[in-house]
Amino acid sequence: MIEHSLQAMAAALANKEISSVELTQLYLERIARHNSQLNAYITVDPARSLAQADAADARLARGEGGPLTGIPIAHKDIFCASGWLTTCGSKMLSNFVSPYDAAVIARFHAAGAVMLGKTNMDEFAMGSSNETSFYGPVHNPWDDSRVPGGSSGGSAASVAARLAPAATGTDTGGSIRQPAALCNLTGMKPTYGVISRYGMIAFASSLDQAGPLGRSAADCAILLNAMAGFDERDSTSLDRPAEDFSREINATSTAKPLAGLKIGLPEEFFAGGCSPEVMQLVEAAIGEYRQLGAETVSIRLPSMGLSVAAYYVIAPAEASSNLARFDGVRYGYRAPDYQDLNDMYCKSRAQGFGDEVKRRILIGTYVLSHGYYDAYYLQAQRIRRLIANDFASAFQKCDVIIGPTSPSTAFQLGEKAADPVQMYLSDIYTIAVNLAGLPGISIPCGFAGGLPAGLQLIGDYFTEARLLNIAHRYQQANAWHLQRPGGFD
Amino acid sequence: MIPYMASSFNNLGDFLPMSLTLEQVRRVAHLARIEISDVEARSTLGQLNEIFGLIEEMQAVDTQGIEPMAHAQDVAQRLRADVVSESDQLAQRAAFQAIAPETEAGLYLVPKVIE
Repeated sequence: MIEHSLQAMAAALANKEISSVELTQLYLERIARHNSQLNAYITVDPARSLAQADAADARLARGEGGPLTGIPIAHKDIFCASGWLTTCGSKMLSNFVSPYDAAVIARFHAAGAVMLGKTNMDEFAMGSSNETSFYGPVHNPWDDSRVPGGSSGGSAASVAARLAPAATGTDTGGSIRQPAALCNLTGMKPTYGVISRYGMIAFASSLDQAGPLGRSAADCAILLNAMAGFDERDSTSLDRPAEDFSREINATSTAKPLAGLKIGLPEEFFAGGCSPEVMQLVEAAIGEYRQLGAETVSIRLPSMGLSVAAYYVIAPAEASSNLARFDGVRYGYRAPDYQDLNDMYCKSRAQGFGDEVKRRILIGTYVLSHGYYDAYYLQAQRIRRLIANDFASAFQKCDVIIGPTSPSTAFQLGEKAADPVQMYLSDIYTIAVNLAGLPGISIPCGFAGGLPAGLQLIGDYFTEARLLNIAHRYQQANAWHLQRPGGFD
Repeated sequence: MIPYMASSFNNLGDFLPMSLTLEQVRRVAHLARIEISDVEARSTLGQLNEIFGLIEEMQAVDTQGIEPMAHAQDVAQRLRADVVSESDQLAQRAAFQAIAPETEAGLYLVPKVIE
C-alpha cells in the first residue's frame, strides 16, 4: 500500500480494500518505528489523526469522497493548525498551540484528507539543511549522516522514507525543490499567489509560497488541486478561475508526448559551479527529453548571478519586519527574568530565536535602516526586476527551462553549518525562480554515489499544469522517482 | 509589534558597510530588540561581514530607470470595507488570549512602562 500512488490509494479507499483508519494506522506505526532515526516529525497526535480518519471513512461510506478523502498527509510545521502545536521549528513558538487553521490546512480538511502530523523544518524556514531547527536536525533517509535539505527537510524525509504518502512544504528560496532533489522526491513551488499564505507563518512575504512534496508529478498535481485557490485573507492571493492541474497528465499519451516542446538550457546553469556527477545526470535527463520529442535551445539569464545577493537583502529585510511580531506579549516565548518592558523584548527574542534567525534579523534591520534603504532594499528590488525580465525574454524562445536543482547531492550534517555563505550558495539555482515569482518543480533524475539528484524545470507564470505534465512524461519513461531508500521496512 | 522609535533609526554611521563595526552590530541588535553579549557581537560581526561581502556584488550593477519589483504580477493591494468581520468576538478573544504569556480581564499584561 505504501507504494501506491495517491490515485491508487484513493481507489483502494473507495473500493473498501482498506479504510482510512487502517491506512492512517499503518503510517502512524511506521512513524513510531522509524521517526527516531530521522527526526522528521515534530508533532504526531494519533488520537486526532484517527478521529479525522474515522470522519473520512464515514464520508467515504456516504459516497462523498474526493481524490484525497481519507489519505493521510504530513504538514510542515509552518502551517497553523487549530489545536495543534505549531512551532515553525523555533523555541519562540515551542508553546504555541494554534487557535486557527491556515488556508492550506483548511483546504486539506475540506477535501477530507487526514492530518498525519507536523514535520520538522529549519527555524522559521531559514536554512537549506534542516540543521537550524530548535528540534534538532533531520537525517536524510538515503544516508543518515547527511542532510535532507531544507527548509522543508522533515516533509521531504517523511515522504522519502514512506512515513507519509505526501506532504506540504513552503519555498522561499528553494525550500521545497532542494529537499525534493536531495531526497528523491517531486516537489513543486507554484507561481507566487496561487496558494494562500493565510496562516502560513511568514518569513519573506513577497517570496514565500506553499507547495506539494510527493513521490510523483501526478501526486503533486492532485495535491496542488487541493491547495490552490483565491483567498481574500491573503492580500497577495491571485483571483483566478479554478483549474485542474492534472488535466494534461490525464490526457492521452503518444509515442512522442513532448513533440514540439522547446526546452531552454541557460548557459549560466551549465557554466560550472555544479558538481560533475550531478551535471552528468542532468545532461542524461535532457537526452531523455529529446527522446520524448522535445528540442533544446540555448538561452541566457545574464542577471541570474546576482540572485543570491538580491535574495539575501530582500528575504532578511522582510523577515526582520515579519518577525518583529514575536515580542513575548501575545503568544510564544517570554523570558522568565527581565527588568522592564524593553528588557523583556530583548531577552525573549535573544533566548527564543536561534543563531541563523538572529543573523537574518540583524541583516534585515541593517539594510532597512536609515540611509541604507535605497542602496540595499531598493537596489535588490531593481535587480529582482532584471532577473524577472531575463526570464521573460527566455520564455520568448522556449516553453520550459531545465537545469540542476541543487549544485550537489546531500552534504554531510555539520559540513556547512558554520559557514552561512556556503550554505546560502547551495540555493544558487532555485532562488531566481522565487525572485521572479515563477513556478518551478524538482524531479528525481538519478543517483551519484548512492545519493539522489534533482532536475529542475521552470515554467512561465501559471503553467503549473504543463510543468507537471512535462515532469510526468519523464517519469513515465524511467523509474528514478520510484526508488526508495533501504532500511525503512 | 515592537514600537521602534523613529529617532533610533538615525546615526547608524555614514560609511558604507564593506565592513561593519562592532558598535554597528550592537546598534542594529538594539534596533531589532535582541540582547547580544560582547562575545556574540564579535562572532556575529565576522559572519555579517562575509554575508555583506556577498551582497555588495549588487552595487556594481547599473539599475538606473529600473522599476523596483515587489510582486511578480504587479497587482495592486486589495482593499476591503472597514467593518468588523469576525463573529463571536468574546469567544475569539478568549481563544487567542489563552495562549498569551499573561492576560487579565481581556488585556495583555506587560511590565509597567509609566512610573
